[in-house]
Formats: sequence, C-alpha cells, structure tokens
Amino acid sequence: MSEALRLEFNVAGNNFISAGSASDEVKKTLKMLGIGAQFIRKVAIAMYEGEINMVIHAGGGRAIVDIFPEKIKIVLQDEGPGIPDIELAMKEGYSTATDNIRDLGFGAGMGLPNMKKYTDEFLIESEVGVGTTVTMVVNFI
Amino acid sequence: MKINELVKNLNASVVYCEDAEREVIGGYCGDFLSVVMGKAPADSGWFTIMNNQNVAAVASLTDVAVIILCEGVKPDDLLRSKAESVGLNLITTDLSVFDAVLKSGL
Repeated sequence: MSEALRLEFNVAGNNFISAGSASDEVKKTLKMLGIGAQFIRKVAIAMYEGEINMVIHAGGGRAIVDIFPEKIKIVLQDEGPGIPDIELAMKEGYSTATDNIRDLGFGAGMGLPNMKKYTDEFLIESEVGVGTTVTMVVNFI
Repeated sequence: MKINELVKNLNASVVYCEDAEREVIGGYCGDFLSVVMGKAPADSGWFTIMNNQNVAAVASLTDVAVIILCEGVKPDDLLRSKAESVGLNLITTDLSVFDAVLKSGL
C-alpha cells in the first residue's frame, strides 16, 4: 500500500455552526485528488454523520483521515459518555437526541445506519464513561 | 428540468442561485436531516421547511441541485450566508410541500 495523505481535525462539541467543516474539507480534498463523485458523496455523508454525532453526543472529538489511492479510512474518536448498547444504537429510528436537537433537524435515528450504509467497512468500539471510536473505510473501486 | 424553470413553476423567490441552468433530476421531501442524507438522490430538488445552517451542509454534502424552502419559510441568516459561501442554489415558495411537488413538474 502506498503512503497515505493524512488529515486531522478537532471537532468542537455542541457547535452546530462549525459542524460539518471537517467533512467539507475532506470532500474538497477528494475532489482535488480527482476521486469519483459517487465515492465522494458516500464519504461526505458518512463522515458528516459521524461528525454530527460527536458534536451532539460526545462534546466533540477528533477525526483522523487517511487517504490512499484506492480507499479512504476515517477514524472518529471521542471521550464522550460511550454507547451502552451498540446494537440498539444501530437500529434505524433509535435516537437519544433531545428535543432541541430534533428542532435543528437531527435526531432521526438514522446517523449510524447511514454511516454503515455508505461505507465498505464500519466498526464501532465504545466503552461507557470512556468514549467511542468509529472506524470507517470507503473503497474507491 | 433546469432550476430557472422550477422557479417559474413554483412562483418561487431566489435567495441565492449559483447556477440557474443546473439540471434538477427528481426530488425528495423531508426535514429530518439524516433521513434526507440517506435518501435524497444527488442532483435532485430538496423540498423542506427546515431553515437553519445545517440544511446547507446537508445539501452540499449530498450534492442536491437545489433547496426548495416551502410554506413561506425564509432561510435564517446563517443558512443564507452559508448558501452563498458554499455556492448552493436556494429558493423559497409560499406553496405547501405537497403543492410545491405537484406544481414543480419534476
């Protein structure tokens, strides 16, 4: 495997104005690299959902993105409350978002399912009281 | 259909239009952002009543052709400025979502 281009971002918690800026930056970079639009869309959606999750639920976090010629690997790490029941959290429509988050248009319970849907590899590791790490891979072929 | 034709069909006001000639293919209605992200096709018209800045992020990331704010809803200042800075097409109509879809001709 050839050397990766690495991008790193700090995602601010509870800030819905800056939310999405990391995804936007990754999208721009992939566009510049000439990656196909259908792959960019998958990456952008999956990463935005992950970013929003960190903003809403975890008080922010960190995104580490490695871009290879044939794929992209996105690791989202937070030190939030953790997810007690990952299987339940993965269910379409299940959400723990509050009413004010729903007023913003979030909290449909589709974030994690979308991340899984739009990626080729998807892994959540979470420990209650410690944090959550999500690893996603999208292949460009 | 091009965006300028859609504007005419909906008697819509243009908030910001980067490319009035852009082709709109089909549409999607929804206000829950994750549902829209999961289901709205690229290059479609997105009919919604949600008017905050996250709408711009979702529209940009999913690459919808145009956002149609229905029911007379106006974009808040952040959505308006983000639409301009990201280069999105954003229009508003007094029609309900249902009527807007019917009259759109999409």
